[in-house]
Amino acid sequence: MTFVQKLLKQTPVNVSRRGFLRGTGALVLSTTLPVRPSKAQEAEAAAGPAVPAFLEIHEDGTAKLLSPFVEGGQGIYTTFAQVVGEELDLAPENFSVEIAPAGPPYDVMGGFRITGGSMSTRTSYELMRQLGASARAMFLEAAAQEWGVDASELTTEPGMVVHEASGRRAGYGELASAALDLPVPTEVTLRDPSEFRWIKTPVPRLDVRDKSTGQAKYSIDVEVDGMLLAAVQHAPRLGLTPASVSNLAEIEAMRGVHSVHLLDGAVAVVAGKFWEARRAVEAAEVEWTEGEAQWPMPADFSTDVFRDTLAGKEGEIVEVEAKGDAASALESAETVIEAIYDAPFVVHGQLEPPSATARFNEDGTLDVWTCCQAPEMFQGTAAQVAGLEPSQVNIHSQMLGGFFGRHFLYATSNPFPQAIALAKAVGQPVKLMWTREEDFLRDAPRPLGLARFRGAIGPDGPTALSVEVVGEGPTGRWYDAPVGSDPSATEGISGKSYAIANSHVGQIFHPNPAVIGYWRAVGHSMHDFMYEGFLDEMAGAAGQDPFEMRRALLADNPRLSTLLAAVGELSGGWQPGPYEAEDGSQRARGIAMASPFGSEAAAIAEVSLDGGEVAVHQVWVAIDPGQIVNPAIVEAQVQSAVALGVSQTLVEELSYENGEPTARNFDLYPILRPDQMPEVHVRIIESGAPMGGVGEPGLPAVGPAIVNAVATLTGERIRSLPLSKHEFGGA
Amino acid sequence: MQLTINGETRDVDVDSDTPLLWVIREELGLTGTKYGCGIAQCGACTVLVDGYPTRSCQTPAESVTGAEIKTIETVEETEVGRRVVEAWVANQVPQCGYCQSGQVLAATALLTETPNPTDEDIDYAMVNLCRCGTYNKIRAAVRDASEA
Repeated sequence: MTFVQKLLKQTPVNVSRRGFLRGTGALVLSTTLPVRPSKAQEAEAAAGPAVPAFLEIHEDGTAKLLSPFVEGGQGIYTTFAQVVGEELDLAPENFSVEIAPAGPPYDVMGGFRITGGSMSTRTSYELMRQLGASARAMFLEAAAQEWGVDASELTTEPGMVVHEASGRRAGYGELASAALDLPVPTEVTLRDPSEFRWIKTPVPRLDVRDKSTGQAKYSIDVEVDGMLLAAVQHAPRLGLTPASVSNLAEIEAMRGVHSVHLLDGAVAVVAGKFWEARRAVEAAEVEWTEGEAQWPMPADFSTDVFRDTLAGKEGEIVEVEAKGDAASALESAETVIEAIYDAPFVVHGQLEPPSATARFNEDGTLDVWTCCQAPEMFQGTAAQVAGLEPSQVNIHSQMLGGFFGRHFLYATSNPFPQAIALAKAVGQPVKLMWTREEDFLRDAPRPLGLARFRGAIGPDGPTALSVEVVGEGPTGRWYDAPVGSDPSATEGISGKSYAIANSHVGQIFHPNPAVIGYWRAVGHSMHDFMYEGFLDEMAGAAGQDPFEMRRALLADNPRLSTLLAAVGELSGGWQPGPYEAEDGSQRARGIAMASPFGSEAAAIAEVSLDGGEVAVHQVWVAIDPGQIVNPAIVEAQVQSAVALGVSQTLVEELSYENGEPTARNFDLYPILRPDQMPEVHVRIIESGAPMGGVGEPGLPAVGPAIVNAVATLTGERIRSLPLSKHEFGGA
Repeated sequence: MQLTINGETRDVDVDSDTPLLWVIREELGLTGTKYGCGIAQCGACTVLVDGYPTRSCQTPAESVTGAEIKTIETVEETEVGRRVVEAWVANQVPQCGYCQSGQVLAATALLTETPNPTDEDIDYAMVNLCRCGTYNKIRAAVRDASEA
């Protein structure tokens, strides 16, 4: 075993993560937020937030804010500039926002933080307000001391402290060095929401010009003095490892090549340029042998067989939630329907391929620049790979070229352990980029999911529902969530609000051989498709209209009744069709709802068939996140979530044969094209409920709305995604 | 070989089949042009070669010696390019932003050739992938930047 292989063997698979989460005593990735603050955080709250750690005010009056959460398109930097600016009294456009380093005080979710779970704004809205208000109080106090007046005589205008009695004024830039040295006040008064100037308005995003002119920098653009570039060729099947490179001398002699390395599960070439490294590593003729991966892919693994295995799986049904007596109700019912639903593995397909740059410094510390949704976890793993203490590792998270769950810490899916090992081996900084093909090969896909439904229908509609969800969720895999208490394994089937008198949801665990991960909307991304599809089947069996049946089942739920009515109204009134559109096509509409990540959403989709394929023309979404910060960003996130929802429903599927993915790039794994994008109409409802998430909640209802529309249009009930694998006759 | 990029003729010492993308990013240090798939599927690497939107990841460097190559870094040097960027900002198009260099250049090429594009023209020209699904805003921005 080479030195580098040994290093990589030390990569902890999830030790550090488990350490983290044990400390919090809470299953942090569950959707039952808000996360409880840690004791340290509570202590901090009593003392006021660590203003100088988060906020710098420059002489010109502009501010730099360090965000605990990374920007990857969701608009969090602009959102935080709005929230802090509102309380600080500084217009959002005066902010630049950067990602905070790993560790306290930025570990605002109780000793750690992740950018995910649609949690950034809702977990930190109050903190950011406190931060801005505390800083404002410090500016007032600094001016009071400077002018020898009482702070109560002072007020602020944007970016400025004003003493109305004397007409004195001072910009925040002038006061900054004195103000930020003052103690942080323990109590501040927050602005009355009726006086908000920026919160709840469509403040323009801070990053759009840079992103429209090629100036935004991502991990793939990082440049460090003296760095070498690296490329890898992973084993085609996870679990294999390189025994030898038969043409090693030839590879080493290729243009620009510095060195060839056998890593655990991959061969790497380090070269002067990435293109040279890539060309060389792809020319390597590698003999692969069985290695010691924790999750080796079985050599005979195929998705078709796996799906059938889940469909027939018997075993303990661990109760997730129950109401009434579903078993008895089903037994005694006259009309019972049954169905099995499944959804495939899907890749993240973020447009920026993963990369990492590692540099060991003379003082013994290590710098890592990479794509990262979980800095403390990356820091812990990087330290173990490098043989350092976490405090010796600086994680520089970079602006993300899309993420959707791709850049959490997953064994074998992140490039930074390889970059660290290579930098150590060559004694120089190394930037490693994975090609798109390597990304597909080592992505942590959303697990293939399957659920078995049984429903009883009485004269007035559904009377009982029993669901067995079969498989494994990522929160069970990575955070030890017990079977039955792993929201990612059942959410979207569990957590529904319909008043069905007798219902039972259980999980039957079956391990997934793949290195599974979080995908946008996680379990909801597939389970709501299953549940809402079956709900329409029950409506059909009851002879009821699916919209009216939902209305009846939600009659006692004002929030969801309002939401359902809103989406109906937004679409011009519920009309399932089929009907003839202006262009002569036959179209139909479907309805679905979801309760993801603390928010509520309802979607109506309009579809037709075009050459035997489903075309989605319009999607109407009503979303209720309780309360919001930036309506333009919310609307953009819904557009984006709809796009991904349509994409996975129409065309996405990662298949495995012989333990290897059959697609390695966007040629054989299509994602939504521009001409497949529907028009999207969004209505935001602020019910005043506790703030929910925004990044993911727009997605889960889209798929079932489409599939329900297809059933109305064609009479065919699709229970297995994506739609592109089904043949539809002309309609 | 010599390449003319953003109006400057530069000597680059690369193998003749090196993709233009990597010459631009690694030899010339212009990182606004992005690597997304490497197989001309996504369009993140789009540059203009004699005004035509071209996927630089599948364009051998030797095939464009003598051509005028423009990257996103100089898009605002033309009136159409400026208008496109302003429309992108006004419509708040980008989310993650990674594909937008290519999108902006594709739009600039379209509107330079066809100042008042029809829906079909836009469908034909704006084919780059966006995983954030900014497609509706891209279309709105192209309309805004058109002359009509």
